[in-house]
Amino acid sequence: MFNNMSYETLQAYWWIIVSLLAALFVFLMFVQGGQTLLKQLSKTDMERSLLVNSIGRKWDLTFTTLVTFGGAFFASFPLFYSTSFGGAYWVWTLILFSFIIQAVSYEYRTKASNFLGRKTYDTFLFINGVLAPVLVGAAVGTFFTGSAFSVDRMNITNIADPVISRWETATHGLEAALNITNLSLGLALLFLSRVLAMLYFINNIDNENIIKRSAKKLKLCSSAFLVFFLLFVGLILTKEGFAVDPDTKLVFMEKFKYLHNLIEMPIVLVLFLIGVVGVLYGIFLGAFKTSPKGIWFAGTGTVLTVLAVLMLAGFNNTAFYPSTFDLQSSLTIENASSSKYTLTAMSWVSLLVPVVIAYIWYAWKSLSKNKVSEADIENDSMKY
Amino acid sequence: MEHFDLALVDWSRAQFALTALYHWIFVPLTLGLSFIVAFMHTFYYKTRDEKWKVMTKFWMKLFGINFAIGVATGIILEFEFGLNWSNYSWIVGDIFGAPLAIEGILAFFLESTFIAVMFFGWGRVSKKFHMLSSWFVAFGSNLSALWILIANAWMQNPVGTKFNPDTARNEMVNFFDVALSQTAVFKFLHTISQAYIIGALFVISVSAWFLLKNRHLLFAKRSILIAAVFGLIASIFVAFTGDSSAYDVAHKQPMKLAAMEGLYDGEKNADLYALGFLNDRTDNLNFKGIRLPSMLSIMAFRDADAFVPGVNDLVNGNEEQGILSAETRMEKGRIAIQALADYKTAKKDGNTELANSNLKLFEKNYPHFGYGYFKNNEDIVPNVPLTFYSFHIMVALGLFFIAFFACLLYASIKDKLVKNKFVLRISVWSILLGYIATELGWIVAEVGRQPWTIQDLLPVGVSTSHLSVGSVQTTFFMFFALFTVLLIAEIKILMAQIKKGPEEGGSHV
Repeated sequence: MFNNMSYETLQAYWWIIVSLLAALFVFLMFVQGGQTLLKQLSKTDMERSLLVNSIGRKWDLTFTTLVTFGGAFFASFPLFYSTSFGGAYWVWTLILFSFIIQAVSYEYRTKASNFLGRKTYDTFLFINGVLAPVLVGAAVGTFFTGSAFSVDRMNITNIADPVISRWETATHGLEAALNITNLSLGLALLFLSRVLAMLYFINNIDNENIIKRSAKKLKLCSSAFLVFFLLFVGLILTKEGFAVDPDTKLVFMEKFKYLHNLIEMPIVLVLFLIGVVGVLYGIFLGAFKTSPKGIWFAGTGTVLTVLAVLMLAGFNNTAFYPSTFDLQSSLTIENASSSKYTLTAMSWVSLLVPVVIAYIWYAWKSLSKNKVSEADIENDSMKY
Repeated sequence: MEHFDLALVDWSRAQFALTALYHWIFVPLTLGLSFIVAFMHTFYYKTRDEKWKVMTKFWMKLFGINFAIGVATGIILEFEFGLNWSNYSWIVGDIFGAPLAIEGILAFFLESTFIAVMFFGWGRVSKKFHMLSSWFVAFGSNLSALWILIANAWMQNPVGTKFNPDTARNEMVNFFDVALSQTAVFKFLHTISQAYIIGALFVISVSAWFLLKNRHLLFAKRSILIAAVFGLIASIFVAFTGDSSAYDVAHKQPMKLAAMEGLYDGEKNADLYALGFLNDRTDNLNFKGIRLPSMLSIMAFRDADAFVPGVNDLVNGNEEQGILSAETRMEKGRIAIQALADYKTAKKDGNTELANSNLKLFEKNYPHFGYGYFKNNEDIVPNVPLTFYSFHIMVALGLFFIAFFACLLYASIKDKLVKNKFVLRISVWSILLGYIATELGWIVAEVGRQPWTIQDLLPVGVSTSHLSVGSVQTTFFMFFALFTVLLIAEIKILMAQIKKGPEEGGSHV
């Protein structure tokens, strides 16, 4: 099956896989959104405990998706991995730093002798909740706005200075957060993660007060999300984009490139529209009907929308990681990818992904048969 | 390598060493304890004896505390290859990325999904599914070790790969050569079995403390019995896989072996330095202590008469044994690098003939490619004393563990443990020895292979990201401070949880 695929098809297949992992990660960032809402949605310790335990059983899944995304991106597009992580050093380091402090916080926050105290761990959760979506958004925004770097693979023959990828700003990635397009995506993700968190709480927690507060807060939060999301979409669809000449492989600026991509790839347009409608319908269900189904519509919608946005960045002769410093250093799914052999081998492994999703689904289902309630966690010696 | 930014290489290495050594405090306990928890969970499932449930829950809780910080320190490693080793990530990403991705897809999800079921499944899922989840966690975590160790083994023994001059990188040509190389198999077996020793020592240490305090006697005795059996099997296995690993190193990384043994002048019937000290001489008279005659030749080549090359042979060459000097290899390396550059230029100019002749020249000299970046002979020698002492202390501790587990097992069966305060006190502290041994193991593996990230092909100096030293220093101290604070928190929480003991820790049973 994969052995007969062309190199181009394999590269496209892996762009979709990596995009899908990114899309699932964005959806699962409802955990981060929830971490920013612990104070606002709870009035008592018990209510806060319900919130923490509800997202606490999912945080590792979000975390694992991020790690797998990193590994899969490395395996399929190593030039991106080496250029972006080694170049935009500070933005990625801060993202990872926020995940490090998150990883211990659930487990340690209520344990005896936990050294830093519950408040500190809850602050860690809050920091991760804000930083992760904003900075991930800013970093992904550069897929459309570009970064200042240069790449010269043959530099390894320069014994005195064998540097392949060179970042050309001293801020090493932090500059991404100052760009209005990147920042609007970051803030859109922040509010989206909060929206998804509230829809998840409505679905997962058996507590009148929390559900009511979530439904109420959803309205304001969704409006903020929509403002930043529409701003981001408006900006990228009207901006010049980084196009690749299919014959010469030269990168050039094309007006309305991403709008063209959307029109020239109707499947992406359809995915995008279904996705956005799904998110909106999910919000409606949660905010106005306090329906537990909101998370499923909004979650699926989120995955489809992110998938579509990343396809806009990578397909249809577009440079997915453009360089504003040296246009020809821009990364495309063609010049940044692994060899055909490696992509083929990895594609066989990817066949196991549905199995993975199936057991995650099964485990998730069997754990959530009963909603998270006071009685539920009072009897649980493993609670956070 | 004075032309590279030495400070940058050193700080990048320091950061990797820091994060890896911290991560490795937690991983072996996760790998080992996960199986011990799964065993206990199975006993509970089979017998429905509440005492097993209490035990399972107690160890599971400690497992969870340790697991969280293992995950926290692990995420940075997944991305650090890109963050600090950008050149490396492109030059070998085609091979190295795959095991990392597979680790995520196959192992991490298995681990993280079922860990949630394992912790929160009590009373929520069926007893059978719950028990199986504990096994999935154990398999998942050990499977993740498999893939990352395959990746590491490939750096030490880069098989199944070919340099593609057009993309200027190494590309995979045979996945199974990479995944099933002898180096990978030995490394995996040696590392996980050693992790089981840590798991066993941890259980023994905690249980011995209970016995000394005269608390939870039945619980502690049962735990020690299980751990002693598990530990004894693991420690014997570690000795065998360690021997196989040394054999592999002798063939693939002779300089590492020379450093491990402090062998400067190669010889036939080479002695194994068993116990003693190194002086600062650069010949074989530098060792003072007990020697085991011909044992090094036997260990390295399964032949008492075999010649084992020393540091000096590998640096200066040894014609009789067909060993090229570092200088010759540097010369050939520079030819390969220049030929690659000329090939590219010729190809650009459309001069096929010149391109082909340069390609041939490049391929002929490629085995020495990495040497081309060095200037001095000494650049190819790792830190000998650090490697030597790390290796010898590790081996001594390994042998001690076999005897220790055997004694404990005997005392457990004869039910003589409770009275023997001396053995119990040693047992409490034994876990520290376990950690020392396991961290030293990584120092042997990683310091001993210097100056290479990829053996003979890519030096550490050519692997780094182009960053300012200040940036790397800053993140180094960020991670150092954070990890240290988190480690203190973890130890305090573990101690408090252990003091509470199984009944309270397990609650409502």
